[in-house]
Amino acid sequence: MTARVSFVAGAVERRKQAIDRLARAFGFAAATLLIAPLVAVIGYLLVQAWPALTWSLVVENPARFMTAGGLWAPLVGTIDVVVFSLAIAAPVGVLAGIYLNEYARDGWLKRLVQLAVMNLAGIPSIVHGLFGVGAFVLAAGFGRSVLAASCTLAIMTLPVIITSTTEALASVPMAFREACWNVGASRWQTVRTMVLPNAMGGILTGIILQVSRAAGETAPILFTGAVFYVAIPDRGLAAFFPYGIRDPFMALSYHLFVISSQVTGVSDSLQYATAVLLVLLVLSVNAVSIAVRYRLRSRARW
Amino acid sequence: MPAGDTHVVFDHVSVDYGGKPALVDVSVAIPRHRIFAIIGPARSGKTTLLKCINRTIEFVPRARVRGTVTIDGEDVFAARDAGALRRRIGMVFPLPVGLPLSVYDNVAYAPRIAGVRNRAELDDVVERCLRQAVLWDEVKDRLDLLGTRLSGGQQQRLTIARALSHQPEILCLNRFSIAIDPLTTMKIEDVLLDLKSRLTIVVVASQVQQARRLADRVMFLNAGRVVEAGDTEAMFSEHPQSPLTYEYVRGHFG
Repeated sequence: MTARVSFVAGAVERRKQAIDRLARAFGFAAATLLIAPLVAVIGYLLVQAWPALTWSLVVENPARFMTAGGLWAPLVGTIDVVVFSLAIAAPVGVLAGIYLNEYARDGWLKRLVQLAVMNLAGIPSIVHGLFGVGAFVLAAGFGRSVLAASCTLAIMTLPVIITSTTEALASVPMAFREACWNVGASRWQTVRTMVLPNAMGGILTGIILQVSRAAGETAPILFTGAVFYVAIPDRGLAAFFPYGIRDPFMALSYHLFVISSQVTGVSDSLQYATAVLLVLLVLSVNAVSIAVRYRLRSRARW
Repeated sequence: MPAGDTHVVFDHVSVDYGGKPALVDVSVAIPRHRIFAIIGPARSGKTTLLKCINRTIEFVPRARVRGTVTIDGEDVFAARDAGALRRRIGMVFPLPVGLPLSVYDNVAYAPRIAGVRNRAELDDVVERCLRQAVLWDEVKDRLDLLGTRLSGGQQQRLTIARALSHQPEILCLNRFSIAIDPLTTMKIEDVLLDLKSRLTIVVVASQVQQARRLADRVMFLNAGRVVEAGDTEAMFSEHPQSPLTYEYVRGHFG
């Protein structure tokens, strides 16, 4: 008696398996493709910038017409506008997201706001910059300043913060809200005690990702406050905190453009070092966002 | 107020969702400190009816209610503070909802929302409600465990404990036993029979037989209309008022 062989793949199964292997291979290639450019870019930048990468690069101010010295002044300028713009955009964006997802009925107002948010998100950053000139520099009378640039960046980041907030809130199951309403909680009590704590990871991630966007963009700050060069005193508090809220400022992204195209005699390594600092700033903020998300997620909720 | 007198009244209540009718001209009286069961096929308006009692129907987009619902003569939809109204009613869903909080906080949620801060008082509420929901012995040593980590049956009893935590005068249960095993169901049914000396209980029955076991009065809903409401015995007798009721309770239809 011969053993019955019943687990033999027929033509259909073999075809199915072949397609499956192909899908897996292409998917793997597509997913890993991303790693190469990232490693290449950062590696190249680091190698080129290596001679200039010292601690004094971070803590000293630019000197000798920006051909020497450090990057403290532009670094502080970038941090200033990022912090101020998010201080404006985050509360407004989160409250708007809460209203849209938790309070607004489906109607023309909600659709109008959603339409505005979508269109605002699609506007090129240079247009935001021009709008900032008209609205904040001129009409509001802020002049070219940290304040005007921050407001412009806030307008630019607002739609994404609203969208990510709305999505984070929508991912909290409806049953949780109903359970709260059923024991007499008001909408706001439900939002505060149940919905927000569970959406916090998503909301914070959305906000933090906008930090890297605000830090990297040049166009919106170009006309609204970032300048070629600001003379910074060598000593005193002003050497560390160079700008008031109404002062024009230097920013890393614009500074990089300036020293690599507008000023002659800047060493290559200083130019690359500026890029490295900007990338490091953005990456470290992203790392914080990942850590925050991980912390909130690890409290596994449902 | 004496048991058996009218507690909740639906007076010509119709509900539609964006024009699609869910309840049509429902009039019924729910007696105090009795178990009132609602039976009927899917989409017959059972859940909608419960949502009218605690007014959570107003959280459903595009829902429209006509007619009046009264609790002890007070118009539910005219109540200024819906929160105060809902604190008089406990509501249990078909699927268990363990809130992503500790077991303790799940039960203490409602008292806290109502402003109770005293720890001893909260401790009392938590123990009393978990005991009433036949869950205390299983969780008393791990009250800080996430409610969502409990098994489905335990979460359903947690939901019942939460529904009792604000000391409601009316307890509504919407097909509470579909996610729990028969033994636990029996235990909870015993609890309900015990609770009805103090509470008015409205239960959407998971099966017709559950209504027969538990209820003093039964209402049969079909396509949003009341087919018949009557004493349990009459509803399950050989001669209910409607032949449709006769067929439904014997499983010939629905």
